[in-house]
Amino acid sequence: MTTLQPPVAAEPRPAPPPAKRDRRSWTGWGFIGPFVAVFALVFLAPIVYSIYLSLFRDQLIGGNTFVGLDNYTQALKDDQFWASLGRVTLFLCVQVPIMLGIALLVALALDSGRLYGKSFFRITIFLPYAVPAVVATLMWGFMYGTKYGLVGDINDAFGVTLPDPLSPDLVLASIGNIVTWEFVGYNMLIFYSALRVIPNSLYEAAEIDGAGQIRMISAIKLPAIRGALVIATIFSIIGSFQLFNEPNILRPLARNAITTDYTPNFYTYSLSFNGQQQNYSAAVAIIMGLITMVIAYVVQLRGMRKGA
Amino acid sequence: MSTPVTTTSPAPPAKAAGAPTSTPRLRTPRRHSPGRPKRSVLLTVLTSLVVLYTVVPLIWLVINATKTQSGLADSSGLWFAHDFALWDNIRDTFTYHDGIFGRWLLNTAMYVVLGAGGATLLAVLGGYALAKFDFFGKRGVFAVVIGAVAVPGTALAVPTFLMFSKMGLTDTPWAVIIPSLVSPFGLYLMWVFATEAIPTELLEAARIDGAGEVRTFFQVALPLLAPGLVTVLLFTTVATWNNYFLPLIMLKDSDWYPLTLGLSAWNSQAETIGGDVIYNLVITGSLITILPLIAAFLLLQKYWQSGLAAGSVKE
Repeated sequence: MTTLQPPVAAEPRPAPPPAKRDRRSWTGWGFIGPFVAVFALVFLAPIVYSIYLSLFRDQLIGGNTFVGLDNYTQALKDDQFWASLGRVTLFLCVQVPIMLGIALLVALALDSGRLYGKSFFRITIFLPYAVPAVVATLMWGFMYGTKYGLVGDINDAFGVTLPDPLSPDLVLASIGNIVTWEFVGYNMLIFYSALRVIPNSLYEAAEIDGAGQIRMISAIKLPAIRGALVIATIFSIIGSFQLFNEPNILRPLARNAITTDYTPNFYTYSLSFNGQQQNYSAAVAIIMGLITMVIAYVVQLRGMRKGA
Repeated sequence: MSTPVTTTSPAPPAKAAGAPTSTPRLRTPRRHSPGRPKRSVLLTVLTSLVVLYTVVPLIWLVINATKTQSGLADSSGLWFAHDFALWDNIRDTFTYHDGIFGRWLLNTAMYVVLGAGGATLLAVLGGYALAKFDFFGKRGVFAVVIGAVAVPGTALAVPTFLMFSKMGLTDTPWAVIIPSLVSPFGLYLMWVFATEAIPTELLEAARIDGAGEVRTFFQVALPLLAPGLVTVLLFTTVATWNNYFLPLIMLKDSDWYPLTLGLSAWNSQAETIGGDVIYNLVITGSLITILPLIAAFLLLQKYWQSGLAAGSVKE
């Protein structure tokens, strides 16, 4: 299946026969035109505008002045920015492998045909994807509560004192748990869909060669779904770098643990909506965008090259 | 749930649009047919742990939606309190603050119908164009769309807000609907799906018979695209229904809030001095918020799962 392969590498088919090119060259635009028009308004124009904004600074004296790359150099020296970037990088390195690992194991288990009640598992594990981040965070936020949440219940029941999941030391892990809960099923489904379209003949050949389950996984299944693995990794990286909803909603419960510069996104949000520093915020956002794109690109190159 | 998978049935016709299959097992015949693998209790138990992890919070939500504000505080999180207050909670959720929750529900529904519906329409048209037409700038269109996906949404949020603010669109529903209209993932999915699902010969035949492009699209292509369309519609619906960040920055007037924003406002209201503590309504409201989507996923699972596994139609 081509669906879940990384978009950039995967042009599903080369263009249809070029013979009719002349006749259809504008018909195609008729169909894609509406998409492109809205896309230009909500994607391209803001990017251009953002770059423009990032080159100015609103000063008390002199108003809006052109400052060139000053905002960028300021951002690169900004400790708050680096601290938030470090935080999401740590988050990324721990949460994403755990989440994708569980998703992959479940997908392989479903695909093995050895589970009782397979479709029940598939749909149940996927369900949290339908839960808004707001609701997921509210639920987990309540459950984390030491006063009347589940953590409090466990403390009361067993006479122990569990560490507070909303304390500054643990809150990042607690957010990681929420994000994992939200997206394990989604990633599982991506992997599972990719596993399902591996041609039967490959398994038959492997069976004739006497390959066991483990060998089939390492030699057939994993290589076959590499595209899906790469795309899921890239989406997860982008998601981690954009972390905003969960910490923002959890903040009322953990005000001293989650600061307004907790993640880069939170930082740019606070800069422009609380601090009124829209120009500087634009520069920080652009730097984050560039970092994200570079990492996504590197992951894709590496992921595609390996053994290809 | 342990019905064995069909291994002997003849290949069902490629899952066509609406065929109401009786059981989910009518998907393509399972392939490891030679020597059907043994069910494993151990593997089932291990996978059940993941299920437990996913459902415990949902069970928690259902149980706690039945509690009063005071019941929440004195009862265990995973069992019912003495008073069963679910119906009262539902009534209070809809009547609190002049029934603003109902308004949020309607707003969300409107954002979904216009935003997700529009996004799906644009993605289907665009995906069809990419799959079945050759046109000037096609490669460029795709490269730009995919490149833009990598740009973090929040990098766009501030400039989009400023632009919309200049256009007078902030604090109106349009500020939420217009950005929802673009789904690059939907475009990609429809492109791949259309490439697989519509034989070019069929289009040629329609054209030779004298059908115009619009008619060919609606009468020949669209029916074939139905499973992909349902999939894209579901995923854009989730994206719109669950959207939080965009409304957060675009909307000030709570009359235009979607459910997500309303719930988080109710939740943080307890923090403000003199604010009403209504955690019971936050929890009940959360339950009401997720039920429609969960229902949609369960009812439509045959369609969206086949749409996601688009390529499995070939073999």
